[in-house]
Amino acid sequence: MPIDLEVNGKRVSVDVDPTTPLLWVLREDLALPGTKFGCGAAQCGACTVHVDGASARSCVLPISAVAGKRITTIEGLDGKFGAALMQAWTEQDVPQCGYCQTGQIMSAAVLLKEAAKPTDGDIDACMSGNVCRCATYVRIRSAIHRAAEIASGGGR
Amino acid sequence: MNPAPNPRPRTPFLLASAAVASLALAGIAVQCSSPRPTEPARAAVADADGLRAWDVVYGVLQHPRCVNCHPAGNVPLQGEHLQLHAQNVQRGVDGKGRFDLKCATCHTAANTPGAHMPPGAPNWHLPTAAMPLVFEGKSKAELCRQMRDRAQNGDKTPEQLVEHMTHDPLVLWGWSPGEGRAPVSTPQAAFAQAARTWAASGCACPE
Ligand code: FES
Ligand code: FES
Repeated sequence: MPIDLEVNGKRVSVDVDPTTPLLWVLREDLALPGTKFGCGAAQCGACTVHVDGASARSCVLPISAVAGKRITTIEGLDGKFGAALMQAWTEQDVPQCGYCQTGQIMSAAVLLKEAAKPTDGDIDACMSGNVCRCATYVRIRSAIHRAAEIASGGGR
Repeated sequence: MNPAPNPRPRTPFLLASAAVASLALAGIAVQCSSPRPTEPARAAVADADGLRAWDVVYGVLQHPRCVNCHPAGNVPLQGEHLQLHAQNVQRGVDGKGRFDLKCATCHTAANTPGAHMPPGAPNWHLPTAAMPLVFEGKSKAELCRQMRDRAQNGDKTPEQLVEHMTHDPLVLWGWSPGEGRAPVSTPQAAFAQAARTWAASGCACPE
């Protein structure tokens, strides 16, 4: 039976096994490859998306659990925080291989929404579920502080 | 740290609790509070039966499936040996985690298939920071007094305590925790009966 949901502002209907993880649907059925597969076990954060504005690891989220929900992927991350994160990430040249970075940015977006001026402790409390094989952690921390500054009007 | 032992109910206790089950099921008219009321007529069940029932309840509450989400600190525990939860997961004010690392980020309403994949049940969460309901490291007497004290138990009446322990899907998850995790070893029905008997005793606690 088709499952209806909203992805990046568009209504979609997918006809897949209800146990299929959201990540597979995004990448294979909806051609949104920005969200990455890292571990498939909610251990690395590469597959992070937002469901009704909250983080979710899409690799362990059955599509049946998001029927009628609003999904945002990296392709649809916009608004004040999306723009600030993009600017900060670009300015500070954060990615190395880039594989983990969409998950990092999706997690950081939740942090900025909930903490306008995150401390290092807040960043640790938010970002410790996102693993970076290239160890870009120092630049990620710095870029989050910068994005917070941009989002609060201190851009340029 | 090793998990506390999880004693199975003894046969005499089962008989005794069966004898009082109808009283308890008919409605727990007693009050549990700390310190406990002292009127002799307060309880439908004798202290000795209540204390034996508490032994069973305590054994279940000290099982890793229960203690892991009732930690002494602000970090949930995981596994069979009460390890700190990976990924720096924290309780948060509302007991639902913080920022990206909310419980619901990884824990859905049902267990994820596969060994050691994230477990799940409806409303996966810890107690709140203001009412942490700590089980970890509590002696039989300490945990008993905490459980019957409405100032420390989430303002629950005995009926509400029994309802939570016997019907909340998150508690019941302890008996179907998914692959790679040991279920609570005391049968759920024996636990439920013990919880009712304990409450019907006026929440008898060891000294
Ligand atoms: S791929 Fe989902 S957390 Fe690693
Ligand atoms: S940039 Fe390579 S894994 Fe993070």
